[in-house]
Amino acid sequence: MPKLTVDGIEVEVPPGSTVLQACEAAGKEIPRFCYHQRLSIAGNCRMCLVEVKPGPPKPQASCALPAADNQEVFTDSPMTVKARKGVMEMLLINHPLDCPICDQGGECDLQDQALHYGADTSRYAEVKRAVQDKYMGPLIKTIMTRCIHCTRCVRFVDEVAGVPTIGALGRSGDMEITSLEQAVASELSGNVIDLCPVGALTSKPYAFNARPWELTKTESVDVHDAMGSAIRVDSRSGEVLRVLPRLNEDVNEEWLGDKSRFAMDGLKRQRLDRPYVRKEGKLQAASWPEALQTVAAKLKATDAAKIGAIVGDMADCESVFALKGVLDGLGVTSMDCRQDGAAIDPSCRAGYILNTGLAGVEDADALLLIGTNPRVEAPVWNARIRKSWLENGLKVGVIGENADLTYPATYLGAGPQTLNEVANGSHDFAKVLEGAERPLIVVGQGALSRVDGAAVLAAARVIAEKYAGGRDGFGMLHTAAARVGALDLGFVPGEDGRDTAGILDGAASGEMEVVFLLGADEIDPAKLTNAFVVYQGHHGDRGAHAADVILPAAAYTEKDATYVNTEGRAQRAYRAIFPPGEAREDWAIVRALSGALGAPLPFDTLEALRTAMGEAVPYLDAVGALAEAEWGDFGTAGDMADTPFASPVRNYYHTNAIARASETMARCIEELLPPATEATGTDG
Amino acid sequence: MLRDEDRIFTNLYGHHDWKLAGARKRGDWDNTAALVQLGREELVNRMKASGLRGRGGAGFPTGLKWSFMPKETGGRPSYLVVNADEGEPGTCKDRDIMRHDPHKLVEGCLIAGSAIGAVAAYIYIRGEFYREAQHLQVAIDEAYEAGLLGKNAANSGYDFDVYVHRGAGAYLCGEETALIESLEGKKGQPRLKPPFPAGAGLYGCPSTVNNVESIAVAPTILRRGAEWFAGLGRENNTGTKLFCISGHVNNPCNVEEEMGIPLRELIDKHAGGVRGGWDNLLAVIPGGSSTPVLPKDVCDDILMDFDSLRGVGSGLGTAAVIVMDKSTDIIKAFARLAHFYKHESCGQCTPCREGFGWVERVMDRMVIGNARVEEIDMLFEVTKEIEGHTICAHGDGGSWPIQGLIRHFRPVMEERIAAYHAKAAAA
Repeated sequence: MPKLTVDGIEVEVPPGSTVLQACEAAGKEIPRFCYHQRLSIAGNCRMCLVEVKPGPPKPQASCALPAADNQEVFTDSPMTVKARKGVMEMLLINHPLDCPICDQGGECDLQDQALHYGADTSRYAEVKRAVQDKYMGPLIKTIMTRCIHCTRCVRFVDEVAGVPTIGALGRSGDMEITSLEQAVASELSGNVIDLCPVGALTSKPYAFNARPWELTKTESVDVHDAMGSAIRVDSRSGEVLRVLPRLNEDVNEEWLGDKSRFAMDGLKRQRLDRPYVRKEGKLQAASWPEALQTVAAKLKATDAAKIGAIVGDMADCESVFALKGVLDGLGVTSMDCRQDGAAIDPSCRAGYILNTGLAGVEDADALLLIGTNPRVEAPVWNARIRKSWLENGLKVGVIGENADLTYPATYLGAGPQTLNEVANGSHDFAKVLEGAERPLIVVGQGALSRVDGAAVLAAARVIAEKYAGGRDGFGMLHTAAARVGALDLGFVPGEDGRDTAGILDGAASGEMEVVFLLGADEIDPAKLTNAFVVYQGHHGDRGAHAADVILPAAAYTEKDATYVNTEGRAQRAYRAIFPPGEAREDWAIVRALSGALGAPLPFDTLEALRTAMGEAVPYLDAVGALAEAEWGDFGTAGDMADTPFASPVRNYYHTNAIARASETMARCIEELLPPATEATGTDG
Repeated sequence: MLRDEDRIFTNLYGHHDWKLAGARKRGDWDNTAALVQLGREELVNRMKASGLRGRGGAGFPTGLKWSFMPKETGGRPSYLVVNADEGEPGTCKDRDIMRHDPHKLVEGCLIAGSAIGAVAAYIYIRGEFYREAQHLQVAIDEAYEAGLLGKNAANSGYDFDVYVHRGAGAYLCGEETALIESLEGKKGQPRLKPPFPAGAGLYGCPSTVNNVESIAVAPTILRRGAEWFAGLGRENNTGTKLFCISGHVNNPCNVEEEMGIPLRELIDKHAGGVRGGWDNLLAVIPGGSSTPVLPKDVCDDILMDFDSLRGVGSGLGTAAVIVMDKSTDIIKAFARLAHFYKHESCGQCTPCREGFGWVERVMDRMVIGNARVEEIDMLFEVTKEIEGHTICAHGDGGSWPIQGLIRHFRPVMEERIAAYHAKAAAA
C-alpha cells in the first residue's frame, strides 16, 4: 500500500495504483482525455501532467506513473499549471471553433477543460488542419477535424469489443483515425461515441437533434436483451431522443449494445395508439370500453380450457402478475411465457438464472457455452467474457454454433452428441473443466428451444453437478427481458394447461378459441387465424396483425415497471415519456379488463399491485439485489436428437417489435449483416 | 590527436577486406571465448571501468545499462537489441561500421549478449541501409559457418543467435521503445516508461537496446583492457569516438578521434578545414540535428565531449558535426529541420504532434521575415511547451535546434523581419 502526499494531503492507495488514481483518492481532479479506467493506458494526451518529487525536473503523466511510497505530487504547482495550459493550447490550435454546430457541445470534455485551462485568446495565427471525414457505418458520425487523437476509440474496439477495425494512419499532425471506410462491425460500436472526448465521433441518428441541457433524463433499464443494462433515457417534448448507458458495475459496467442504444427510433413508428376491434373482417378503431367489453364478453362466453395466453419478450412483471390474476380467476391454465418453446423448468429457479451473476464470469477460469452465442444474445456480457479471457486467461468452450465471439474459444461440437461426451468425461474439454477451480456452465435458449430441450437441460445440469459444483457453476443466458420475471411469477402452464406450442397448435386446430397475447410477437401468426386473438402491446407487429382486438399499451420507456434480468436481479424501469395517443400502461389495461369481466383485481394502484406481487414473489421486491436460488432437480433426462444447437438470435438488429420498427436498425442490417440468401416477406 | 595504434575501427574507410578473413587479420574474433567466459559480472564491471558512454546520443554509461538486466527473469528469455536505425541528420558512422567492419558489430553482439544474459541479438537496421544490411547478413552467415554464432558460439559454451531486421524508414523507430514496437511488427510509437526495456522490452522480455557503435567497440575495449580505453579522452568522457563531419568543409568525412578533441582541430585536421577558412565559419551543429547550434565564437575553443558541450547548452549527441559557413541562410536551415521534426513525429503526444506543425509554419514565415518580433519569443515558448512534455525525447530533440537558433541568431531573425516589413512598406 504506497503512501504518498498529494498537495500535502496524505493518501494510501492500493498497490498497482497510478498517481492519477492517488490524486483522485485525495479528492483532486486531474484533467484527462486519453485516460479511461476501462481501457489500457496510452499516456498520449499529456493533459494529466503533474509535478512529482522525487523525479526528473519535468512534469509527469500521472495516468501512467505508478504511485510509490513517499512521492510528493503537486496538482496545482506552477509547473503543473503551466504544463496543462501548454497542452491545452496545443490541443486547441488545430481544433475547429465549431462548438455552436457540434453535437458534443455541452457535454464535451475539451470544452469543459478549455474553460479551466485554456487561454481566452489564441496565439496561433497559422492555417488550421482540416481532415477528411471518415465513414464508420450507420451509427457513428465522424467529423475528423475535431479529433484530438486520444485513441480511446482505437483502444475500445481493440480491447473491449475485440473487433480491431479502428486504427490510426499516418503520423505527426497528419495522423488520422479511420476504420478504412468500413462500418465498425461490432455490436458495441456505439460506445465509441460516449468514449470520444470531443465531437469527432457522434451519434449519426441523433445528429443535430438536441442539446444536452434541453433533455429530460430518466434513469431506467434496458429490455432489448435479458441483461437489464442500466440506461438513461433522454427525452424532450414527449419524444425519446437518445438512450445512453449508465454505470452499473454488476451488470453492464458502462457499456451498451447498439440495439439497446439505437433502436429507440422504433418507439415512434408502427405504434398502436388506440384500441381496435375486428368488425366485418377488418380491424376498426374502437373506444376503450368497447374493446374491453368485447374481450370480456368473449372470455366469459368461452370455456376456460379453450382460452390460452402467451407473454412476450418485453412484458413487465406487473402486467404479467395482473394477467395471471385474471386468468386464474377465469380458471385458465393454458399460459406460457416461453414464446420460443424453450424447455425451461420453472420449478427450480437456480435452473433458469445465471447464478454467478453477470460479473461472475470474471472470477471463472473455464466457461462452457451450450447453445448460445453471447455476442449477439448479450453483447455487453460477451465483452465481459472477453475481459475475463484477456485478464485471467479464461478458457472458453463452445457447443453449438462455431461463431466468432471476439475471443478464442475452443469449438467442441455442434450439438447433443458433444454435450454427452463432455458429460461422460470422454471429451478433452472435460479435463479443462475438471482442472478448473471455478468453472461455469452457461446454457442458452438455442439449446432449449427444441423438442429435446428438457433432455439437453438435464444433461447440462449433470455437467454442472459433475464439474462445477452445481449451482455456483451453472447459469442460463436468456434473450428475453420478460422471461425470468414471468417464470418467477409462474406464468407457465398449470394443471392440464397447454404451453406455447400447445396453445398455437390448439388455435390452429380449433381446440383453443381465445388466445391472449401480452406483447407476444415472436410466434407464428398463421396458426392464429381460426382463434379469437387479443393483442395487448405497443407495436403493430406480428401479434397485432393476427389480432381481433388490439389493446394499445406502453413501451418500456413509457411506464414504471419491474424487469428481472438473466441473473435474477429485479430492476425498475421508469417512465420517460407518456405512451402515444390512447395507449395505457399495461398493468392498468389488465386491471380495467378485470373490471369489465366483473371480477376486479384487488389493487387500484401500481403500489398496491407491487405490494401484492412482492408478497407472492419476494425477489421482485428486492430491487437491484441478487437472491441465492435453491439448487434442485431440473430438466428431464432423455434421448437427444442429433440436430445442432442454433442461437435463437439470427439477426441481432431485429429481435423484437421495437427494433423491427427502427429505421436505424434496418440500416445496420443493410450495412453490417451479410445479405440473406433468400429474402422473405417477414424479414423486415 | 589519436595515435593509429589506438584506433578501434581500423577498416573504417573500407580499404581492406570487410569479410571474416579480413576481420580476423585486424584482430576481431581473437579468442572471443575467453572474453565470453569472463562471465556476466566481470564483463559488466570491465565495461563500467572503461567509462564507455552510449554512442547513440544520450551518452548513458553502457556498463551501467547492462547491469540493469535482471538475473532472475521468471523463465523469460533476455534479448540484446542493436539500434542500427541511424537516422539523426548528419550522422553516418554506424553505416560505415556495418559497411566496412560488420564483424566488429557481430562479435560485439555475442560479447554484449553474454554480458546481459541474452539468448539472441536483434539488429534493427534502417531500411535505407540496403547494402549495409547485406554486408551485415553476410558477416552473420560467415560467423555461423565458422561456429562463431549459434550453439556453443565461438567455443565459449554460450549459445547465441543474431538476427537482422530491416526497418521501413521512420526516424522515430530509432527511439528505443518505438524500435521495439516496430520490431514486434507494430506501429513504431514509443512506449510509456516505466516499465523500462530492461524489465519488459522486446516481446515483454528483459531487453537492452544499444547503439551500433557502443556494441562494436566493446570487444576491443575488453581485449585491450578497460584502463586503456579509460586512459583516452577526459574523465567521464573517455575513449575514442567516431565523428561524422559534414557540411561546409573541404573534406567531409567520418573519423575516429579521441574524446575531447577541440572542434577546431577536428575540422582542420580531418575535414580539411572550413570552406573559405576558419573565419568564414558561421555556426556548427556539434552532435546531429537535435543538438543546439553553436555560433563561431563558441566553436573556436570548444572541446568535443559530452560534458563540455553540455556546458555550453548543447550536446555531443551522435557526434555528427554539421558545419555551416557564412553563405548559409541559418533561418532557412533550421526551418528545414523544423519540417523534419514535424514530419517525423509519431503523432502520439499532443505537444509534439500539434506543436511541431506550429513551429514549422512559424519558421516558414521567419525565413522570409513575414512575422512580428514578438513571435520569436512565442516560438521559443512553444518549443518550451513541447520540450519535456512528451513520452519520448522527440519533443526535446525537435525543440532544441529552434531554441539554439533563437539563442544565438536572434539578431539575424529580427533583421530578416525588419527587412521584410521595410520592403512591404516600400511597395
